[in-house]
Amino acid sequence: MSHATLPDRRSSLRGASLPKWFPWAAAAGSIALGLGISAAAGLQSDIQWGLIAAVLFVIGTYAVASKVEGRRQAKDRVATSLVWVAFILAVVPLASLVYETVKRGVKVLDGYFLSHSMGVVGDAEPGGGIYHALLGTLQQVGIATAIAVPVGVLTAIYLVEYGRGKLARAVTFFVDVMTGIPSIVAGLFILSIWIVTFGMGQSGFAGAMALTILMLPTVVRSTEEMLKLVPNELREASLALGVPKWRTILKVVLPTSIGGIATGVMLSIARITGETAPLLMLVWTTPWINANPFDGPQGSLPVYIYLQYQSSAGVGPGYDRAWAGALTLIAFIMILNLAARGIARWKAPKTGR
Amino acid sequence: MAKRIDVSGLNAYYGSFLAIEDISMTIEPRSVTAFIGPSGCGKSTFLRTLNRMHEVTPGGRVEGKVMLDDENLYGAGVDPVSVRREVGMVFQRPNPFPTMSVYDNVAAGLKLNGSYKKSELDDIVERSLKGANLWNEVKDRLNKPGSGLSGGQQQRLCIARAIAVEPNVLLMDEPCSALDPISTLAIEDLIGELKERFTIVIVTHNMQQAARVSDRTAFFNLAAVGQPGKLIEIDETERIFSNPSVQATEDYISGRFG
Amino acid sequence: MDITTQTSASPPPPAPLSPAEQKRAARAATRPGDRIFLGLSRGSGIFLLVIMAAIAVFLTWRAVLALSENEGNFFTTFEWNPTGNPPVFGIAVLAFGTIVSSIIAMAIAVPVAVGIALFLTHYAPRRLSGPIAYVIDLLAAVPSIVYGLWGALFLVPKLEGLYGWLDDYLGWTGILAWQGGAPRSLFTVGILLAIMILPIITNVSREVFRQVPQSHQEAALALGATRWEVIRMAVLPFGRSGIISASMLGLGRALGETMAVAMVLSPLFDIQVSLLDFGGGTFAQNIASKFGEASVMGQDALIASGLVLFVITLLVNGAARMIIARRKEFSGANA
Repeated sequence: MSHATLPDRRSSLRGASLPKWFPWAAAAGSIALGLGISAAAGLQSDIQWGLIAAVLFVIGTYAVASKVEGRRQAKDRVATSLVWVAFILAVVPLASLVYETVKRGVKVLDGYFLSHSMGVVGDAEPGGGIYHALLGTLQQVGIATAIAVPVGVLTAIYLVEYGRGKLARAVTFFVDVMTGIPSIVAGLFILSIWIVTFGMGQSGFAGAMALTILMLPTVVRSTEEMLKLVPNELREASLALGVPKWRTILKVVLPTSIGGIATGVMLSIARITGETAPLLMLVWTTPWINANPFDGPQGSLPVYIYLQYQSSAGVGPGYDRAWAGALTLIAFIMILNLAARGIARWKAPKTGR
Repeated sequence: MAKRIDVSGLNAYYGSFLAIEDISMTIEPRSVTAFIGPSGCGKSTFLRTLNRMHEVTPGGRVEGKVMLDDENLYGAGVDPVSVRREVGMVFQRPNPFPTMSVYDNVAAGLKLNGSYKKSELDDIVERSLKGANLWNEVKDRLNKPGSGLSGGQQQRLCIARAIAVEPNVLLMDEPCSALDPISTLAIEDLIGELKERFTIVIVTHNMQQAARVSDRTAFFNLAAVGQPGKLIEIDETERIFSNPSVQATEDYISGRFG
Repeated sequence: MDITTQTSASPPPPAPLSPAEQKRAARAATRPGDRIFLGLSRGSGIFLLVIMAAIAVFLTWRAVLALSENEGNFFTTFEWNPTGNPPVFGIAVLAFGTIVSSIIAMAIAVPVAVGIALFLTHYAPRRLSGPIAYVIDLLAAVPSIVYGLWGALFLVPKLEGLYGWLDDYLGWTGILAWQGGAPRSLFTVGILLAIMILPIITNVSREVFRQVPQSHQEAALALGATRWEVIRMAVLPFGRSGIISASMLGLGRALGETMAVAMVLSPLFDIQVSLLDFGGGTFAQNIASKFGEASVMGQDALIASGLVLFVITLLVNGAARMIIARRKEFSGANA
């Protein structure tokens, strides 16, 4: 552009443009070419032809578009194709994860599997089930929830309804810090205090304490968010009627936000249910049914999956059991998640989105 | 530079809802045309059909013809992007890019199209800011963020940004409704100057403003809420405000409704 | 209100109480019911602080016990033998493995996640983007043990071809050479971590992109910008700090990830020149695989390494939060 006045401009609003089906054709073409190349070169992995096709798609789109439509349009098309490629790149492994788990998990997952333990079944033998692990997981998660929910909700109430000053600021700060604790570190902490220092043995309760630490900050955070959504007018209306503050909180604030709080609690339960590392350290496992979480090693679903995987080395009945355990775990977590979202949708405060 | 707009038989939809129905009008080049009418009558929607911004709204859809001189904006193969280069727009709330400086805001549209030398860019930015009567106020802080200006200055910055790419038509969607009276006056003066070079279409809620700045005025109305908006009449501004040919226009202008 | 997105969606802060209300609250606090309730809720907050203090104190105490016995240099020794006589251990290998695998994970996950987020907010047909976002949200909840299982049994075998390729074409770089063992290397760990943190980075970025004011995007459109140019002019600048903090959250997860790494990596307490050769280790993986065979001294040494991991994640999360907080201050300037 040599002159400072005006860009040269096409007199027409109509530029040469590629037909609507072009991206689809380009995609189909590059996939075919990618498959062709990989067949010709004798490549084995699907990852390879997929990557070839993706690269061909992006470069081909740019080449054709810049020739026909001009540079700006070509850039726009490349951005579009990159975004699509990113999406597909991500969807493939995530979809494969779900697909593989379901496909391999349903093999041995049945009523027998859910209702029997591994007590008399050797690692390499078929049969057995996850009853002991389910029981352990429910107890451990249940104990963690029983501690974390009241403490977490009360802390959130303190922060929102009373909290001003240094203490509240400190609590807010450390809740943030706590959110970032890696689960293995939470496990180490309980290990160092409960097992190393106090000399207690491994037990479901020790694991539950580590889970509590992981669950607390998420309960506080989500409850806080929900309490903040309760309009101040409601509190004022109640206070103006002469209702004491604690009854206002119990009778007005909490009921208004209970849906959101329940959602947050369920999501954090779902989060800790899959935690493995701390349980591996603190609870270990037993193939028998141990219904007492305060005494001795106890089974749990995540540890069960891990140990079945480890002992099977990728083949045999242990391998099937590991996948079936994983499917059960995912199903449990997804049901919790869906239920939580369901509640959130039904009971969302009107001020929410 | 300025081009004539010729609309015929235009319908605009949001999803299945018909927002404006069967609008036909001619907008003269180098003049100011004002759209007035009660809230919800579709005047802003109609304005947005003139540079194909309506279809940016989810579900937005247009039928009919909008001729810019001899080209149909909705013709087959027309690229909405090129349409918007020809038909610039200024919005209700000033919307300078918050992460860009004053200078970069004005240059934003130019940088999209090809490369300019720094000196060329400087020239165009200065000329556009002068054209928007903003140069004297911002020449010392071209590199400060555009969001640091006052509301009226921001709106003039947006006008500078729009005219920097030298469009044929300038659409203004209630450009003063978020501004104080003094800033409003500055913008109205500016509109008077800009019409020498551009075809200007302005939507306004304020009838005095329409009377002050426009050459022609179009009155839109709707039969009831949920009904599509329609063009009632378009005429010389003087006639609309003194002796309109339709009773509804007179009722609206004399403040009997709306 | 979606709980999982709270990091970016800031709810309105509760209006400050008026002086009259504060006075009334002060008077009310003398009522027995109020006193008990306030005590309970304040007590919970204090309890939480006590836990945090206990974590810091106990971990530091045990770590100091271990370090005082350590004959090696904690930061530079390439050995982990805390039960030996004299005990020698150092975190160099673990720090290297943790950082390298996280960098690989971020290099893959961040661009892809931003791409998906843009796809969901600006490219996908509306009917598609809602359900997809929902599913990705759910995938963020899949536990790491399942990712580990999938990674070890499905992903690892698939990567052999890719490894051969990288070795053929990029083997000359040294860091992408492959001696042909099982592809259970830091590179594989990085890929798996990338897949694991994709959902969280995607969700937060999507939330940020959704908040980009329509008016800025329309301003760009009205200047005749293509879709990509709108994204470059209006969406990415607005979302930059959001993307950074989303990435930091993902990084925090990648650094602390234990089971998936332990299941996929073939550890070897040494630093490999090539990323594709198995070996190396990460903080979390090392703790998980060593604590069982460890004596008290061994456990204390692991605790010392855990403390380092904790401090690193703390810094990363703190940085993310600071960026979010700063963004809040600036975003109010011009709505």
